[in-house]
Amino acid sequence: MNSWIARFLTSSIGKKVVMSLTGLFLISFLAVHLAGNLQLIGSLDGGQAFNEYAYFMTNNPLIKFTSYGLYAGILLHAIQGILLWRKNIAARGTVRYAVKNDRVASATKSSIYMGSLGTVILIFIIVHMVQFWAQMHFTSNVGDVTYAGAEYAVKDLYTLVKGAYTNIWFVIFYVVSMIFISFHLLHGFESAFQTLGLNHPKWSPLIKTIGRAYAVLVPLGFAIIPILMYIENQQS
Amino acid sequence: MSADNMTLTLKIWRQRNATVKGSFETHTIKGVTSHMSFLEMLDVLNEQIIHAKGQPVAFEHDCREGICGTCSLVINGFPHGPQQYTTTCQLHMRHFKDGETITIEPWRSSAFPIVKDLVVNRDSFDRIIQAGGFVSINTGQAQDGNDIAIEKDQANHAMDAATCIGCGACVAACPNASAMLFTGAKVSHLAQLPQGQVEASQRALRMVEQHDAEGFGRCSNITACEAECPKGISVEHIARLNREYIAATVGSTK
Ligand code: HEM
Ligand code: SF4
Ligand code: FES
Repeated sequence: MNSWIARFLTSSIGKKVVMSLTGLFLISFLAVHLAGNLQLIGSLDGGQAFNEYAYFMTNNPLIKFTSYGLYAGILLHAIQGILLWRKNIAARGTVRYAVKNDRVASATKSSIYMGSLGTVILIFIIVHMVQFWAQMHFTSNVGDVTYAGAEYAVKDLYTLVKGAYTNIWFVIFYVVSMIFISFHLLHGFESAFQTLGLNHPKWSPLIKTIGRAYAVLVPLGFAIIPILMYIENQQS
Repeated sequence: MSADNMTLTLKIWRQRNATVKGSFETHTIKGVTSHMSFLEMLDVLNEQIIHAKGQPVAFEHDCREGICGTCSLVINGFPHGPQQYTTTCQLHMRHFKDGETITIEPWRSSAFPIVKDLVVNRDSFDRIIQAGGFVSINTGQAQDGNDIAIEKDQANHAMDAATCIGCGACVAACPNASAMLFTGAKVSHLAQLPQGQVEASQRALRMVEQHDAEGFGRCSNITACEAECPKGISVEHIARLNREYIAATVGSTK
């Protein structure tokens, strides 16, 4: 009955469209996530703004609903990505080239390593979720604070994050992971549009410029947070 | 320009048939001139091998003027050699240096099984064409050339796609061994001409289905195909194929 849907989702183009749409969803999420997290740096109010923001993000029904979509999106993107990666290695055949020079027409060769880059990002996401998200949701390691004038207590996620970044190894892990995300997006951003068939002499150059700026600036924004918090920790 | 009496070391892939394992064989060839084409150089090598009572190296060629798409070879890691926008038959020895070692391999893809040495079976491309890369209209008598008006830019773009010679370098170059540039060029060519409109959605659906069934890889938009295509076919045509495919999925009755 709905065989055309199955045909689309199992076709090479359909699978790519799923990669593209989930990738774009993750890209839009990263921008929102960064805007929120920038409240962590130079906090003069002991993290109040950040904690109230985190409370809002975890309790607002619309955002909660979106976050389930996000978990599903990450899983779909990662599983589909790994399956495509394996499929493509098999298509290459059993005998490899003895000499192979990869020359590409686009500006980046990240595209060749999307599977490996993605796998590192997946490991990062798991560590990141266990460290902050799971600790906040499933353990009592995160204390409550009630700010003056507030009617309810909020979780003190700020102190948890600040504590984590006293450890130089976590700082390095976060910064290095951001480099992997940057390379993933250097190709991923513009590729997502090409996959949807959106290639046009007028606006493709614009998409490419925005994509490259995004791929550098957003991971950079994330990377300075642990670095600055580490420095703040050293000074206090 | 290089010397006109070059001595080269050739590392060539030898494989008796599809079922046995292959390996590299090394040959030294003397007296190569810069005016020879790469295939002429291999002809001389084969003469030399035949004189020594050996088995000549099997490689494919037909027109030797860059238009039929029969020649192949991955030369020093580049499909059709290091020179861009050039088929192997049009590649000249002036691009190589005296004393150089040149590695020559067949196209490698599970959808292009090896027949012998450097010859691979590209029937999978034919089957993609058979799935929809044609226009089935009764033409009757030849029409007046200007009967069907086509805008100049559009005709140009269609012709850019039509220059695909079906050589398979895109597959050989692609780290995923995907044939999306070939399939994209064929779909894009016909989708931009009025004659191709009638079967446009069926064509996109069927050709992609056949592409996938042949075991080619899935496109990651790497663009190695465009860089190695002897005709410089742009990945824009893959984007048009994607549009055609998505439109056919949501818009057609199939
Ligand atoms: C921050 C998280 C991530 C973002 C924003 C992101 C974004 C993207 C985007 C936009 C694309 C391009 C899609 C296209 O070409 O149509 C892509 C491709 C890809 N991603 Fe991710 N990704 C993320 C995480 C991951 C993870 C965790 C994996 C898992 C292993 C992964 C594996 C891949 C692979 C293999 C591709 C290439 C698919 C292909 O073109 O064949 N990504 N990603
Ligand atoms: S797209 Fe280019 S590389 Fe691929 S088959 Fe056609 S001519 Fe050869
Ligand atoms: S032999 Fe015809 S294109 Fe090279």
